Amino acid sequence: MVNWIWLIMIVSSVMVAAFTGRMDAVTEAAFDGATTGVTVCFGLISVLVFWMGLMRIGEDAGLLSKLASLLGPLVRLLFPDVPRNHPAIGYIMSNMSANLLGLGNAATPMGIKAMQELQKLNPDKETATPAMCTLLAINTSSITLVPTTLIAIRMSYESANPAEIVGTTLAATAVATAAAILADRWYRRRSAKPPLHTGGSSAAGSNHSAALKGG
Amino acid sequence: MYQWITVISTWMIPALIAFIPLYAAFRKVPVYESFVDGAKDGFGTAVSLIPHLVGMMVAISMFRASGAMDAIVAVLEPLFAWMKVPGEVLPLGLLRPITGAGSLAYTTDLIKVYGPDSMIGRIASTIQGSTDTTLYVLTVYFGAVGIRRTKYALKVGLFSDLVGFLAAVFICLLVFG
Repeated sequence: MVNWIWLIMIVSSVMVAAFTGRMDAVTEAAFDGATTGVTVCFGLISVLVFWMGLMRIGEDAGLLSKLASLLGPLVRLLFPDVPRNHPAIGYIMSNMSANLLGLGNAATPMGIKAMQELQKLNPDKETATPAMCTLLAINTSSITLVPTTLIAIRMSYESANPAEIVGTTLAATAVATAAAILADRWYRRRSAKPPLHTGGSSAAGSNHSAALKGG
Repeated sequence: MYQWITVISTWMIPALIAFIPLYAAFRKVPVYESFVDGAKDGFGTAVSLIPHLVGMMVAISMFRASGAMDAIVAVLEPLFAWMKVPGEVLPLGLLRPITGAGSLAYTTDLIKVYGPDSMIGRIASTIQGSTDTTLYVLTVYFGAVGIRRTKYALKVGLFSDLVGFLAAVFICLLVFG
């Protein structure tokens, strides 16, 4: 699906630009986008190096397994196929808590560490496991208690009550997260069932991805 | 309440930075060596993300610059207008899952133009704060471990973005209306 979205975005951009006469802007945007990609990664270096170092101390001290056993029941409900005392659980927990507290730059390294731990349990290293999909679902909808950036922006434009959106944000994020978890559950259950008539469609799917890789 | 939460957020990171090594030292962990050992992985992880993020950012950037995004907004507008979604926030709903920086810039602009305490300003703030950038999260998390086949993860992420967007609009209309 990512292959398709990527292809559609690029091809449709060029086609639309042909109509709108923005071909120059599209060319410029392509290279600007590439620069942004590298800039974002460079920005991540310091954050990842620092947090991964700190998290290793926590792991060596046994803090992560302690966290895992403390808040285990909730995580076990969401990630039934991850073994009880696996370090992945500890990282998932820290990722979720960091998200909750709005510590965005700590949440990403912890999420990546959780992914790396989940990858160790993955029999097929190129295909996402259900646990990975659940972790992603939780992170894309990201429950946040305090949208700090937004409050700061509202303050700078002299809002009478900059924090008034905390409640609405919390409600909206709760709905989005619930939707993500339910959808994830639904797909997980559906993909766990033995395939009945998928022979044709999966063959077609692999043709598509092969064609994309070739192109 | 808000005061409390801001105090907690400002204290959280320094407290963690101090607490983790302190606890580890009590458990006889060589803290600095342990830190350096773990930190080594950070650089490689960040660098391995470059191809993924460059690929995504190029597509997103082209998509916005070409006017393709505006075309989709124009097509969708009547449908969302029928659901009482203000047309001004619709582009934000489309931007939010694909670019964090882009949607933040758009939100800031809406707040600047309509005012932070207008309905549009409030809805925009709520949308921006309530979900994360699905495409970025997917690219970074799966890119970091080399997953190619992402199965249903993108569908779930985009579905929750749509639900979150509509929830943000309706909750704001209900609370501030």
